Amino acid sequence: MIGSRTRSIGVLSLVALFIMAPAGCKDEKREFREMPPAGSPIGAVRESELQPGPSVVAESTKSPYGNNAYALSEGKRLYNQMNCSGCHFQGGGGIGPPLMDDDWIYGSDPSQIFTTIMEGRPNGMPSFRGKLSNQQVWQLVAYVRSLSGLEGTSVSSAREDHMYVSPDLQLRSPQTPKNTNTPSK
Amino acid sequence: MWTGLAGAALACTAYDHQSVLDPVGPQATSTRQLFYFMMAVAVIVYVMVVGALLLIIRNRRTAVDDPQSPAREASAERTIKIAVAIVVPVLFVFLLYDFAVARVVGRMPEGSMLTIDVTGHQWWWEVTYEDPIPHNIFHTANEIHIPVGRPVRIKLASHDVIHSFWVPNLSGKKDLIPGHADDIMIRADQPGIYRGQCAEFCGLEHAKMAMLVVAESPDAFTRWVELQRQPAQVPVDSVAVAGRRVFESGSCAMCHTIASTQAAATVGPNLTHVAGRMTLAAGTLQNSRGNLAGWILDPQTIKPGAKMPANALAPAELQALLAYLETLK
Repeated sequence: MIGSRTRSIGVLSLVALFIMAPAGCKDEKREFREMPPAGSPIGAVRESELQPGPSVVAESTKSPYGNNAYALSEGKRLYNQMNCSGCHFQGGGGIGPPLMDDDWIYGSDPSQIFTTIMEGRPNGMPSFRGKLSNQQVWQLVAYVRSLSGLEGTSVSSAREDHMYVSPDLQLRSPQTPKNTNTPSK
Repeated sequence: MWTGLAGAALACTAYDHQSVLDPVGPQATSTRQLFYFMMAVAVIVYVMVVGALLLIIRNRRTAVDDPQSPAREASAERTIKIAVAIVVPVLFVFLLYDFAVARVVGRMPEGSMLTIDVTGHQWWWEVTYEDPIPHNIFHTANEIHIPVGRPVRIKLASHDVIHSFWVPNLSGKKDLIPGHADDIMIRADQPGIYRGQCAEFCGLEHAKMAMLVVAESPDAFTRWVELQRQPAQVPVDSVAVAGRRVFESGSCAMCHTIASTQAAATVGPNLTHVAGRMTLAAGTLQNSRGNLAGWILDPQTIKPGAKMPANALAPAELQALLAYLETLK
């Protein structure tokens, strides 16, 4: 026979479990107004930390959207609407270099990809400065990184809306970036 | 009913009461008749059920009654037979009447039919007026003009998720399903401005995905079509010229089209004649200079989640842009 003490401990722990359970289901945030409209995209990323005159506090170059499924899906929408897919295709590359492999010519760090999109790169990559907002570019950064599995598979789409010849992002094995930080080609 | 198109244009967005009980077309009229018929029958049935219940409470069975007795069994059987004999024909009449209404709603005499393509986007309506001559095709958004008395076939498609086209004064709902071509017939028999909205939950801003259907006289409609087919006016004012440059060189041109300029993207609504529309952001705001400025600078406060990003424009750039957009009648 179960003692009343044992039973009350059991009931209490069940109650505690129910109280704590919602804390485990932390929902990700959907930020629509992350950057205030006055936040000018100019000067977001600097190639060098040295600067003449008094130092200006640089805008954060840390990706605000690591592991954010909403930002990633918005990035995916922009990837096609802004015609990234025109050159990079759906990550496999064509006119531009592939984005789903482990080879990063200008670095795989979020701030490096941000710079690549904002400033453009030699031999064809256009500069989107003044054409896209900082927030949109960070969303693109999150999606571009997810193409090679750098953002974790849990936030990626498990199903494409269209016909697709490669496995979806959740099934791809993450790539380990090589030659990061070393502009080689 | 009719609020007067001229008065309603631009200054205020006065549209007729958005209601299924205020029909102006054959589809909506027959739907309302079906509704009234169903309502009347439902009221009669309700009264009968409540009456029977009260009768049973009043003539309560006594303890000596045996529900298993042959006489009572026969009586119960007779009652059930009569009830079935009444209910089945009534339901059958419902069915036939429903078919008849569906025929009216789904069919429209052929002939000089106007065909309009409506594509649902998160969260706005893309509208394309078809024409056999390609250069007569034109695009607009969130505002559909139709001539009074002429049947209109609206071809429905969706760009992203399932939406639903619903202008209650004109017709019932029809879903816009990605990858699935469908159409809906409407005809407005009275001039007026009828509000419609998305009737299938489609994401964050589903509630702010409205449209206006402007039914006008054939002459006024022809004039409107002629205007819409024109490319955007070339600005003459120096401020407006600067505004056009802002539009073409900044982020606006990444998503929007203004015919005859360098801006030719199809991600967002076509703005060739944006100043002639009554509302902004799919019926969210009245089209005024102040609202337009607020929408351009900070759409995420007005419509959180909308696909238009905040735009950092210097005051002079913003004023120039507004001056230019206001010329796009």
